[in-house]
Amino acid sequence: MALSAEQGGRLADLLSRHADRLSNRWIEIVAASLRGRLSRAELARQVQELHRALVDAGRQGLGELADEHGGELRAVLAELSTTRARQGFSATETAISVFAIKDALLELMEEEQGETTLRDFVAFSALVDQMGLFTFETFVRARESLIADQAEQLLELSTPVVKLWEGVVAVPLVGTLDSARAQVVMERLLQTLVDTGSPYAIIDITGVPAVDTQVAQHILKTVVAARLMGADCIISGIRPQIAQTIVALGIEFGDIATKASLADALRHVLRQTGVETTSRRARREA
Amino acid sequence: MTTGLDLGTPATQAIRSDEDVVRVRQLVRTTAVAVRLSLVDQTKLVTAASELARNTLIYGGGGSAEVTTVADGRRRGVRIVFADQGPGIPDLDLALTDGYTTGGGLGLGLSGARRLVDDFDIKTAVGEGTAITITKWSR
Repeated sequence: MALSAEQGGRLADLLSRHADRLSNRWIEIVAASLRGRLSRAELARQVQELHRALVDAGRQGLGELADEHGGELRAVLAELSTTRARQGFSATETAISVFAIKDALLELMEEEQGETTLRDFVAFSALVDQMGLFTFETFVRARESLIADQAEQLLELSTPVVKLWEGVVAVPLVGTLDSARAQVVMERLLQTLVDTGSPYAIIDITGVPAVDTQVAQHILKTVVAARLMGADCIISGIRPQIAQTIVALGIEFGDIATKASLADALRHVLRQTGVETTSRRARREA
Repeated sequence: MTTGLDLGTPATQAIRSDEDVVRVRQLVRTTAVAVRLSLVDQTKLVTAASELARNTLIYGGGGSAEVTTVADGRRRGVRIVFADQGPGIPDLDLALTDGYTTGGGLGLGLSGARRLVDDFDIKTAVGEGTAITITKWSR
């Protein structure tokens, strides 16, 4: 049930009359649930902000949280849950911060005991429930955006193009190569080829756990694109189990050079460019 | 075709997005490790599962994968059932031909997956959906 205008007024009145006592009790309940993971000063600031927004909303005659007068209160709640989500608190811990006001208020209203007290409390309790749900929803949304951000960062992180030698660049692929990542890899590689003027590129798939047709297709497309730009591509890091799987699947890499390890691939390129590599024997101390 | 005896309850993974294909792969790998398939067989099974899960998603419009540990005498294995309620496959022989694709891939997913596993069974009806059962046995 929605809060009537008088109920809103009475609530605001009650809240501001017992402001200190209420917020202290409120802080106490929340602090117990958070077990010291948030400083008391920070908590007090949040509770007081919420308290103030609630008093203002009550004075303006807030009936439900979704009302026009609830804008300020919603903003405060949204900020609270977003910060909590980013600080790594659970959804329950965040919701308790809001629900705790019910307990604090009930203690107060029990002392007052007027004829409207019960109705007021039920109406007020409904408002707190709406506030709790709203907090929960914002919390989830904040978490989701956090995860999306991290996924994006991971995409950036996991696709470096490194220079191995003069004229040789390498892309060590790690993890799952989906279409989005394959696109990033291809763009990075082609750009680096232009920037460094390298005639050779090595794509290392040691860190790719399974090479299926989609992964193979992405790699093949990248190789063809690099070739169009005049660079030669070598695929390295083909482990025995991957080789057998590729054969069984029927994927053909055609005339693309493939090597078992990155070292083999580099040696192959150096030999082609005419760089002399001599193996030095380990010196033994007599 | 022998499918063996079920050991334990099957684990089901819904296939609704690209992320779910990764989840299927991880589930299959964990099960394959638990059954002690060799590294080569693990990789083959995971790759086949990856192909079929993606087919379920792209051509079947989404579905599910059910992973079960099975036993047949002394051998143990992993059985996976991919099911969707998609359009079905009108010409199975053509779909199982190397290099045939309607979706712009390499056309090796379905035929390749069949070569990667020990048992391969496909049931499909146009307009009703497709169910593919694959099994890989330990040696």
